[in-house]
Amino acid sequence: MASLLVYYAHPGHQSSRVNRPMAEAAAAVEGITFIDLYHAYPRHHIDVSLEQERLLAADVVLFQFPLFWYSTPSLVKEWIDLVLEHGFAYGSGGDRLAGKTMMLALTAAGPEDAYTPDGYQNFPLRTFLTPLEQTARLCQMRFTAPYVLHASLKAPVDGEVAPHVAGYERLLTAIRDDNYDFDAADALQSVTYATLPIRGTK
Amino acid sequence: MGELLFLAFVFLVAGVIAVPIASRLGLGSVLGYLIAGIAISPLLAAFNVDVVSIQHFAEFGVVMMLFLVGLELEPKVLWERRAKLLGLGGLQVGATAALVAGIGMALGLSWSVAVAVGLVLCLSSTAIVLQTLSEKGLMKSDGGQSSFSVLLFQDIAVIPMLALIPLLALPELADTMASGAPADLHADPHAAMPTGESHGGDHGHDHGHGHGGGHDDHGGHGSMSLVDGLPAWAQALVTLGAIAAVILGGSLLTRPAFNFIAVARLREILVAAALLWVISVALLMTLVGLSPALGTFLAGVVLANSEYRHELESNIEPFKGLLLGLFFITVGASIDFALLAEGWDQTLLLTFGLMVLKAAVLFVLAVIFKVGGADRWLFTLGLAQAGEFGFVLLSLTVASSVVPQPLADQLLLVVALSMLLTPGLFILYDRVIAPMFTAEEVEEDGEAPHQGSIIIAGHGRFGGIINRMLRGLGYETVVVDYSSAQLNLIRTFGIRAYFGDATRPDLLEAAGIEHAKVLVVAIDGKEQITQLVHYVHKAYPHVHVVARAVDRPHVYELYAAGARDIIRETFDSGVRAARSTLEAMGVHPFQAERKARQFVDYDRQTIAALASVYDPDIPLHENKTYIELAKEIGLANDEMMRGKDTAFAARSDRGWNPPTLADVEAVTKNAEG
Repeated sequence: MASLLVYYAHPGHQSSRVNRPMAEAAAAVEGITFIDLYHAYPRHHIDVSLEQERLLAADVVLFQFPLFWYSTPSLVKEWIDLVLEHGFAYGSGGDRLAGKTMMLALTAAGPEDAYTPDGYQNFPLRTFLTPLEQTARLCQMRFTAPYVLHASLKAPVDGEVAPHVAGYERLLTAIRDDNYDFDAADALQSVTYATLPIRGTK
Repeated sequence: MGELLFLAFVFLVAGVIAVPIASRLGLGSVLGYLIAGIAISPLLAAFNVDVVSIQHFAEFGVVMMLFLVGLELEPKVLWERRAKLLGLGGLQVGATAALVAGIGMALGLSWSVAVAVGLVLCLSSTAIVLQTLSEKGLMKSDGGQSSFSVLLFQDIAVIPMLALIPLLALPELADTMASGAPADLHADPHAAMPTGESHGGDHGHDHGHGHGGGHDDHGGHGSMSLVDGLPAWAQALVTLGAIAAVILGGSLLTRPAFNFIAVARLREILVAAALLWVISVALLMTLVGLSPALGTFLAGVVLANSEYRHELESNIEPFKGLLLGLFFITVGASIDFALLAEGWDQTLLLTFGLMVLKAAVLFVLAVIFKVGGADRWLFTLGLAQAGEFGFVLLSLTVASSVVPQPLADQLLLVVALSMLLTPGLFILYDRVIAPMFTAEEVEEDGEAPHQGSIIIAGHGRFGGIINRMLRGLGYETVVVDYSSAQLNLIRTFGIRAYFGDATRPDLLEAAGIEHAKVLVVAIDGKEQITQLVHYVHKAYPHVHVVARAVDRPHVYELYAAGARDIIRETFDSGVRAARSTLEAMGVHPFQAERKARQFVDYDRQTIAALASVYDPDIPLHENKTYIELAKEIGLANDEMMRGKDTAFAARSDRGWNPPTLADVEAVTKNAEG
């Protein structure tokens, strides 16, 4: 049993069509810790000590959010700025997170082929995630392939929401039960509900 | 009655005309009063008005002034100043008296007369000097402090002088007195409140007019003393007991008494209580043969740390001002120009000689005590006159047959003239001497104002929170509140708080509004708040006012009164309560937070718009422009708050709302096409 900590961040929670059902599903998964950051800190006043305690208790830290301008919603950045303190997460004596794993579960409005050298986003998705990846590295954490839904705005029309949410549930359960194959995931740029490397299935 | 009204009319007219003119000419109020006195003296003479008895009455202003000075002085400060007080004051009195006496003897006076004259003339005018110094804001300067030390010592020294002078009596003069010499205008020691001397033995003496009832006082003189007829040790005991009563009464009794009175919330009774306190101390001192001025000074020092300090100050201040004004007028009026005309050359010579002599002694002392720069000259010139206690002592010298009447008359003229010339010396200091030293002073300057720079008016539910936060952050605050229960409570937490009605300009002044940077108006009562804001905005435009508004219309009133930092006392808590309600209804906390922020932002914009169309002269329900704008704003507000399907949806939710599919496709096409 791995200890899984899920941070969900969506300032437009009310009008979300993918992240909201994802979050509701995650909150219902037993044996994991689910935190709605905008619910916990509506005034952006983050309790640093509490968050650090949560991190220490976790093996895997997963951030779920919609990709906003090639980055996280602002509260996640605020969380990173404050919680990943020098001396705690990095720098001299800052090895408290060493050996833990960081994972992202994100939705992107652009279709998959936009994130190619020929697509209108020009770069692969992982390029935009390098700041987070390097954040994990500096904290001596493993950064594993993100769980992604592309073309998220079209997802309700395309019938992609339900399988994506179900895949998310399976992902969280597998991590909790140590059934998620991180090594296999590392070989991928990103994972989707169709490519989840879960042991004992398929 | 008619005579009293007439007198009041004459004095007030003279003061009201002369003082503003003098102030505008930069001569100071004291000179204004003196000139007013000179101007009305023929009129007073024509109506046979007894100027001296008025003067004695007005000398109570000096008593009150010393009480106020005492209030400003903490006992600790007084103790720290003991060296200056005794050294500077003692040497000034001793040296000046000895020199004057020596010159007197050289001019052919007998030694006893010369000593008496020396004692009379070594004193300076507490009234003129302190009044002028505080008017010019020089009390805190080195020169001002030195002057104060000397004046205080002189006031103390008057007591032994009163005891000493009758011992100098000349037998041949005493005989003349007993046979009922012609009345002298200046010699009625009994009405002299500030000294309250316990000398006796001149019942046959009267000044002649306007004071017929005076004899009854004289007759009762024996019974009006607690120490007459007692052996020396008992006298000392009673005197010490009286001083102890003032100190203990001040520190133990005044607070519960004022607490008790404050509950009634009647301002006039508080004024009465303050007056009662000063008068009872003065009376007690008189009864034991001490100087009432000194006694009230002591009473003031005892109360210097009290929360009622500012209330007492502002209650006594107007009486002090009026009485001192009256006193200065009487000094002006008592200059006997007929007598001056007779021997004007000699009188002027004596006056100038005296002032030069006193100035020389003061200058030497300033050098010895290292009072430097402009302060040395302030000290030298400021105290170079004879004082009001001189009048009292001269009456006593005549009464106790020490100094012959004609000499006393001439000396009275000298004393009055020297007082008359003092404002001139202050002007000389201001215009000529101080400017020469300004460059030097700038470097030395750096004394911070001793008052806190935030005044919080009202320390109830609202002001208390403000004070707690500001003090928590280390800001110095001065709290003024009208609830004695509240004050007792907060003082137990070590907060500097003063009792009083903050809407009174004088109390604000006493609390240091002039040096304050911010005034927080947190009192109750719509009208009082508006009135206070209006007054402070006009009188102290440099003070930033943060005002509490009771409700929305009140915001408009305060805006019209000049306030721009207006906090509705219940607005933020109302918004927070609404936010909590939304959360309890299941709204996501961040959504609730955003709605609250939108509401606050929108409200802040609209209330400014509404305040600008508000007209204090038109009731809200009749102000058409206001009503129309308010309706429009109200509709827009609802639209905005409900969001989604309205014109304001985009504004309220923008940014975090996902774009539509069409938008996304447009981006894709543009980017790829």
